[in-house]
Amino acid sequence: MSILIDAQTTFIVQGITGREAVNLTRECLDYGAGAKIVGGVTPGRLGREVHGVPVFDTVAQAVAHHGAAIDGSVVTVPPAFTKDAVFEAIENGIKLIVIVTERIPRRDVAQMVELATLRGARIIGPNCLGMIVPDVVKMGGIGGPARNAAQAYTPGPIGVISRSGGMTTEMSSTLSAAGLGQSTAVSIGGDAIIGSTYAELMPLFEADPQTQGIVIYTEPGGRMEAELARWVTENESRLPIVAFMAGRFMDEMPGMSFGHAGTIVEGKADTASEKIARLAEAGITVAERIEDIPGLIAEQMQARGTPTTAAAQGGLS
Amino acid sequence: MRKDGTFIAVEVEDSAAADAAFAQKLTEVCPVDIFAQEPDGSLRIVDGNLDECVLCRLCIDADRDPAHPAVKVLKLYDAGALLV
Amino acid sequence: MRFFEYEAREIVKRAGIPVTDFGFATEPSQAREIAQRIGGPTVVKSQVLTGGRMKAGGVKFADTPEEAEAYARDILALEIKGHMPRGVLIDPKAEVAQEYYAGVVWDGPRKQPVMIFSPVGGIDIEQVAEEQPDKVGRRHFSNILPFSEFMAKEVIASTGVTGGALNKLVPILTRLAKVFVENDMTLAEINPLGQLADGSFVALDAHMDMENEARGRHAKLLADLGVGSEETRQAREATPFEIAGEEVDAQDHRGVAGNVTEFDGNLGLVIGAGGGSLTLFDAVRAHGGKPANYCEIGGNPSVAKACGLAKLVLTKPGVDQIAVMMSIVSNTRVDIVARGVIKACLELGYDPARKIAIFRIPGAWEEEGFKILEKYGVEYADRSVSLNEAARRAVEKIQGVAA
Repeated sequence: MSILIDAQTTFIVQGITGREAVNLTRECLDYGAGAKIVGGVTPGRLGREVHGVPVFDTVAQAVAHHGAAIDGSVVTVPPAFTKDAVFEAIENGIKLIVIVTERIPRRDVAQMVELATLRGARIIGPNCLGMIVPDVVKMGGIGGPARNAAQAYTPGPIGVISRSGGMTTEMSSTLSAAGLGQSTAVSIGGDAIIGSTYAELMPLFEADPQTQGIVIYTEPGGRMEAELARWVTENESRLPIVAFMAGRFMDEMPGMSFGHAGTIVEGKADTASEKIARLAEAGITVAERIEDIPGLIAEQMQARGTPTTAAAQGGLS
Repeated sequence: MRKDGTFIAVEVEDSAAADAAFAQKLTEVCPVDIFAQEPDGSLRIVDGNLDECVLCRLCIDADRDPAHPAVKVLKLYDAGALLV
Repeated sequence: MRFFEYEAREIVKRAGIPVTDFGFATEPSQAREIAQRIGGPTVVKSQVLTGGRMKAGGVKFADTPEEAEAYARDILALEIKGHMPRGVLIDPKAEVAQEYYAGVVWDGPRKQPVMIFSPVGGIDIEQVAEEQPDKVGRRHFSNILPFSEFMAKEVIASTGVTGGALNKLVPILTRLAKVFVENDMTLAEINPLGQLADGSFVALDAHMDMENEARGRHAKLLADLGVGSEETRQAREATPFEIAGEEVDAQDHRGVAGNVTEFDGNLGLVIGAGGGSLTLFDAVRAHGGKPANYCEIGGNPSVAKACGLAKLVLTKPGVDQIAVMMSIVSNTRVDIVARGVIKACLELGYDPARKIAIFRIPGAWEEEGFKILEKYGVEYADRSVSLNEAARRAVEKIQGVAA
């Protein structure tokens, strides 16, 4: 099992003829069982093909051509056009939208998310690489070309949620090397406002029988970690969580943005140290180093009665 | 003609380089602008862009006769190994 | 992007919110002229993008235009927390009966703006929220529906304010919400919002922050205010080294090799991507390393860009060697970055094997990349070496710190 997507998920790529989108399409088609990309949209390019995927002018045409509802869309259009593209996807019945585009003003993001909520759709991102179910399917640029993705990601019990696309792969690779595969890894995006936060994805992992533990990558800036801490406390989650916090140096540099648009210390609650304290209070283990993560999560899964290869080896650190 | 960068060298047979239609094709396919055309339409290799080569093989695939490739891309960091 | 007070007040004024008859001066004589026009006691306020002006002596009360001029002269020469003032704002000294607070900010987890109102203004709203929580009202509002007057009424009434004050405040809050939404602000705050003896309200100070990503669609407003596109308005001014980093990144549109921040250490860093850079920077410091800089590579930059960035770091005074490290790459290519950093060494007349302390970038095209590194004898590491371990080796090699 997995969350959000599986081998049957159908999706389109909006902005499919762009340089990065062409690569992303190839990667998704090549990975695992091969993603079911049923169309692409670039206005004015009706009739073209990208790696065998038919291109349409509108999402409505893609849906009509497919002859049934389409599950998802990967949106890779420039920032000024993203809101319209996402509205178009939502109004054409698409329920899962991965926004790859960076540098979208947050008012636009907030509008997209609010419309999605009204229509029962979910947004992942923006400024993200999408998600991957190891050996099965990937939706977005996560992990890169199929061959590289296969090197880093393996199937297993860990759900991965990360504000950094690259660190999703770095952490999953470290987990894989320790014999801990992933159920689903989700790059949620680095912006101040995003479609799906840690706390909003937790219920999905909670309901997924394959998932036995969660590993998250976090950064200074925003209240997302506090929200997760509250969720974990209020819902008595069955899943142990290990968090890694990058950007601790930023605590000394308020008002400066590093890494991602949402990564800035504006107030005390934004700091790495404050977040680490909040997470720890909620029983979430904060790893000092990436290489400590497999041992810590294995230990906790074992404590909760989940046998793992890594735990059987007596921890890894 | 042959031009060498630090990491990549490109060699094009003289007869092919003189063919304006082929030169135009190479200019179009290369994503990092290694090829351009002289005013008379013949091929020019842009020295400054050689090391930007992404090993995409589009110039090799664009060849007029795949059996006798007129374009060679050499990896100077790999003992001059040919990109195939 | 933060606005100066005089700009923020101009934005408030344009929105139809009453403001005092203030003026902006960059010369002491201008300050006197404005004070003359105002007629009566004035307040002279330093225009800097930092807090704590009052404490630092950046706010003075003048009884006469001559006094205003003298204070302006002092304040224009006064550095506050490393910032020299842009100018001074001359404000009529208002007879305020009560100070209120009104502001709009984003609530990240709720993904909506929130209007915050308090009848206790003039001090930090977070302090009011802690000490008198019943005096702070909050009202989230939709991103799709317009901010409506009833919402303003609700938030004002929730703090116990009623009567004429409530009715006079409604249009102010409604217009402030509009300012926030229409200008892509991340903060729109009037504090204090003064109630005068006759019961009317006037904005006495304002803070505005516009989202950087949205600057492009507010070109007219920014031009009207005289904000140049080169003004970054970061927490501190960009250094020449950082500006050179921006130039490297701007040389072509392929990927990113920039976002440089200068530090005072001697360990040169060529690192990426966003999250990887944060992780590596922490790791270097945890091992006792003193970074010369922070930077980011990502999105598959050109060889020229990676080369430019490496050259910039290598030529920074005090830097002898660089560490080239990234989290596992899937879009950026190992071979392209390897070519870039080696080229930088060669073009500067250095031996890459000596100048590059360690190269740890695993991932896409690593086979080709490792071949290049081997050819030039550069020490490299694959994914089996953690970011932390790579950082430790870099510190040990460059600074000789036993980690």
